Amino acid sequence: MSYIGIIITFVFINNFILTQFLGLCPFIGVSKNVESATGMGMAVTFVMALASISTWVIYNYILIPLNIEFLQTITFILVIAALVQFVELVIQKISPALYKALGIFLPLITTNCAVLGIALINVRNNYNALESFVAGIAAGLGFLLAILLMSTIRVKLDSEWVPKPFRGIPIAFVTGGLMAMAFMAFDNALLNNLLG
Amino acid sequence: MIFIKILYSFLSVTLIGGALGIGLAIAAKILVVKKDERSATIEEILPGANCGACGYPGCSGYADGIVNDGAEITLCSPGGSEVRAKIAEIMGMEAGEAGEKMVAQVHCRGNRDTSTYTFNYRGLNDCNAMQAMYKGPKDCKYGCLAGDSCIKVCPVDAIGRDDKNRIWVNKELCISCEKCVDVCPTGVMQMIPYSADVIVACNSLDKGAKVKKYCSVGCIGCKICEKKSPEGGFVVENFLATINYDMKGQRSEAMKACPAKCIISSETAERTLEEVKEMNKVDG
Repeated sequence: MSYIGIIITFVFINNFILTQFLGLCPFIGVSKNVESATGMGMAVTFVMALASISTWVIYNYILIPLNIEFLQTITFILVIAALVQFVELVIQKISPALYKALGIFLPLITTNCAVLGIALINVRNNYNALESFVAGIAAGLGFLLAILLMSTIRVKLDSEWVPKPFRGIPIAFVTGGLMAMAFMAFDNALLNNLLG
Repeated sequence: MIFIKILYSFLSVTLIGGALGIGLAIAAKILVVKKDERSATIEEILPGANCGACGYPGCSGYADGIVNDGAEITLCSPGGSEVRAKIAEIMGMEAGEAGEKMVAQVHCRGNRDTSTYTFNYRGLNDCNAMQAMYKGPKDCKYGCLAGDSCIKVCPVDAIGRDDKNRIWVNKELCISCEKCVDVCPTGVMQMIPYSADVIVACNSLDKGAKVKKYCSVGCIGCKICEKKSPEGGFVVENFLATINYDMKGQRSEAMKACPAKCIISSETAERTLEEVKEMNKVDG
């Protein structure tokens, strides 16, 4: 599959939040304003790209040679959590400005299921190193797109009248559901039409 | 064969986990960022209201701002001079003189009894929503709309409503964060010094005759206050009296003489609010 195909697949067709329903916690929790939603989206993109590449290395050079692929979930969690912590330390040391922008979101996504999800999906799809990396970035961008759309809607919702039982999180879930229905319009037919 | 697999699984997870753990521990030692101890100390001194009056995100943000970005130490209005002196001690600076504590107050007493209304408003209980609809239901477009905006935004519950649907600020509780001033669409919520004895409870810039038609407690710009209390700092401009609180002269004569009785004691304001709070307790 070409790289453009991978990008379209993970941003639109298999959008992590709106199609696969992974990473709903930050999607609901950090989408109250556009600024923090953007920060979260960037941090997730960054971590997903790193996680894809590092888990690919672990899987192909440790798990496969030892014939213990069934341990992929637990090893991936270990690797991702340690990696994110390490990245946080490095950013804090090297670039305080970037740390201020991403720092508070990084610990939140150490064990985010979307990050683990991209690692497992890469394995399932038999991607090579570069394909895994591109898939990680594309999935992160899909997450960024979804959370950004959600945050702008929620900012608008704040000034609208909402029935009392639906205020806050419930209406956010209803909104998310409607957005997911809209994203159903993107399916493999799109990909076939675009790329033949 | 199965035993080898178990051994491999056990060893690989242990080794990966151990290596990552040790790696992180070493990285944490090498990449340690020295945190200035002073910011933690300052954060303890700050009131912890996280009101945002200083312009930083919360008290810890302000503490970091003082230590790292050289922010002014006078920005914490809830803390007042006490906190300022302590911070100055830590940072090795002079405390400096900051102005008197300012408190918010509603400069309007118009309600259903005293003022005329254009229409009945039955929408969202929010002043900005009221303002968006023909500038509010009152004929007076400058006065207090008596929605709940300032009451909701106040971080210390210093703002209340009395039995006559008028809004008051309790100056003892007010921490001068000015959030109510920002949220108020008509500008009827204004900051006055804590020591202010009287306020002009009107915000209308309409001519006297027009004010008289729609409000019995509105300032008509008659300038009697200027004459009765020349030292009181009264200034009538645009048909509205305002007080220059830098002038410390007597203001009681003007208060008595005001034909519309819109120059009121700020003490009255407080007592009324306390009574309101009592009533609210009884009502639950």
